Amino acid sequence: MLLTLFITFFKIGLFTIGGGYAMIPLIEREVVERKGWISREDFLDLLAIAQSAPGVFAVNISIFIGYRMRKTIGSIFCALGTVLPSIIIILAIALFLGSYRDNQIVENVFKGIRPAVIALILTPTIRLASKAGLNKWTWWVPVVTALLIWWLGVSPVWIIFATIIGAILYYIFKLRKA
Amino acid sequence: MNAVVIYLKLFWTFFKIGLFGFGGGYGMLSLIQNEVVEKQQWISNSEFTDIVAVSQMTPGPIGINSATYVGYKAIENSGMARTEAVCGSLLASFSVMLPSFILMLLISAFFMRYKDHNSVQTVLKWLRPVVVGMLAAAVLLLLNEENLGAFNKDNLQLYVSIGLFALAFVATYFWKIGPIKVILLAGLFGGIFYSLI
Repeated sequence: MLLTLFITFFKIGLFTIGGGYAMIPLIEREVVERKGWISREDFLDLLAIAQSAPGVFAVNISIFIGYRMRKTIGSIFCALGTVLPSIIIILAIALFLGSYRDNQIVENVFKGIRPAVIALILTPTIRLASKAGLNKWTWWVPVVTALLIWWLGVSPVWIIFATIIGAILYYIFKLRKA
Repeated sequence: MNAVVIYLKLFWTFFKIGLFGFGGGYGMLSLIQNEVVEKQQWISNSEFTDIVAVSQMTPGPIGINSATYVGYKAIENSGMARTEAVCGSLLASFSVMLPSFILMLLISAFFMRYKDHNSVQTVLKWLRPVVVGMLAAAVLLLLNEENLGAFNKDNLQLYVSIGLFALAFVATYFWKIGPIKVILLAGLFGGIFYSLI
């Protein structure tokens, strides 16, 4: 089991190109759909948790899934699997290939990959939206959140913290009333 | 400078970056620049730009990629051997992960224990739509000139990029093709197409 966790996350780490969000479609495919380790709803919760904690988003996600599967030792294997491909590749570049960046073919390959990766993030966004409990009262929440982050440059961390505080106040208010 | 002192400084600097780097890789990059280029002066500004480019072009989280690369360069630039530089890169990668590792373990344990409690359920119910918006914002932010090609400058690349974006979406959403296959095919296409024209 630990080895499966490691290999799964090694594969995910190897194809996470362009930052933590690029990891989301890979996790959705491997962990949610294929392995069924967590449900889509839990995946949404996990994204909120991983984003509100400091550190590397992708590593945080893998730590959480690893902990769910096999406690602390599971999270160590998942985190190692996620980061080992990058460490090996970057070390190889630092040691042997100083001019990797100027390689025209490599640049061309990435010109093709970059737009595809954005679409790969859009797909789980739509799939997760159907699991977010959106209705005629709450549909505006994702829209406003996206505009705040995209248009006004507000950090997602603040929005998550504000939402948590709002939810707790609402909960206390409801408890008092009851 | 004494080797042990450099390693300790490397550990402490990247531990801090891991602890205060909120909001994913890009939020972390400005922190790395501030600590590593301006305060410690381990690498130059142009080396830092190289690191950002290399991190974006290689697989893996940007925070880990840049820590590995800076750890290597910092030791190499201080005149130590290559094997020691490899140790430096491993140390930096480990240090940047350590704070989030400890915090995430605590959060995960708390979450597993109390996730069925009404208060936690309320918070999660409120958070889910927000997370969807957060993901949508990531898509919008990535749809930029750097990733697609600039309008009126490299129009051909822009049109090809929009085509690839649409095709990749259809392939994953409707045809249920796996993301790894899509990445490999898009890379193969880019490598052949842009090299031929």
